[in-house]
Amino acid sequence: MIAEYILRFVIGGVAVSIFAVLSDIFRPKSFAGLFGAAPSIALATLGLTVWNQGSGYAAIEGRSMIIGALAFGFYSVVTCQLIKRLHIHSLASTILAGIAWFSCAFLVAWLLLS
Amino acid sequence: MLIRVKLSRLGETQWYEYAVRFMLGGVMTILAGLIAKLFGPIAGGLFLAFPAIFPASATLVEKHERRRKEKVGLRGTQRGRDAAALDAAGATVGSFGLAAFGGVIWLVVPTNVPVAFFGATAAWVLVLRQLGGSGACRGGCASFCKKARLDRKPPLSSTGESLLRA
Repeated sequence: MIAEYILRFVIGGVAVSIFAVLSDIFRPKSFAGLFGAAPSIALATLGLTVWNQGSGYAAIEGRSMIIGALAFGFYSVVTCQLIKRLHIHSLASTILAGIAWFSCAFLVAWLLLS
Repeated sequence: MLIRVKLSRLGETQWYEYAVRFMLGGVMTILAGLIAKLFGPIAGGLFLAFPAIFPASATLVEKHERRRKEKVGLRGTQRGRDAAALDAAGATVGSFGLAAFGGVIWLVVPTNVPVAFFGATAAWVLVLRQLGGSGACRGGCASFCKKARLDRKPPLSSTGESLLRA
């Protein structure tokens, strides 16, 4: 049990770090920003999910991930607008926009998947 | 859009900034697993696309851009915020790639696991190439980019050109 979580931590950390490095080195910034929505957590988690729970379980997670990703798109738009229009600091904007992600993701998941 | 690789930018990131992202990535991967275990795969799947790392990344982008301007004696607050906002604009387009990744996993993983992972990654890269490479991220936020002018060379010709381009 503990070993599984340590493995998750290491794989997740490595995957996120790799995409963070890619995001740092690519220019222009709008292209580098694409790596901000990289499937780093998904790559780390889904492999372990298939191993532990089977492919059917992973498929359901993949379907939900589509909704989560679209909520991420909405979140990014809200973040961009908070920074540009309301001149809010980026950290505060990204945290505030989290409300948009939660509302959008759970509302759409409730409407489509419940 | 001309895509460039600037390895020199790696030197601007401090070791603890990489450590923060590593920690956040690790913690989020554990959380995604825990949420799936406690609330089922529908809720767990949503958190595979949770923007856990994005606040740290956007803050670093803003900090680096501000620091670069301050090194040459200029105030970089606005420039830093513009850079963070442009990063968010790119992530908006990137989210379509993330959705494509999830879609391929959903459809293919029950039949063939290795093909599903390979196909999902390929779909993500393809969407990135099509939308990012064609400049869709710029087109989607055209008015914003006009103001920010971060993807272009600054239209300067005076003696302060090299300073402002730094």
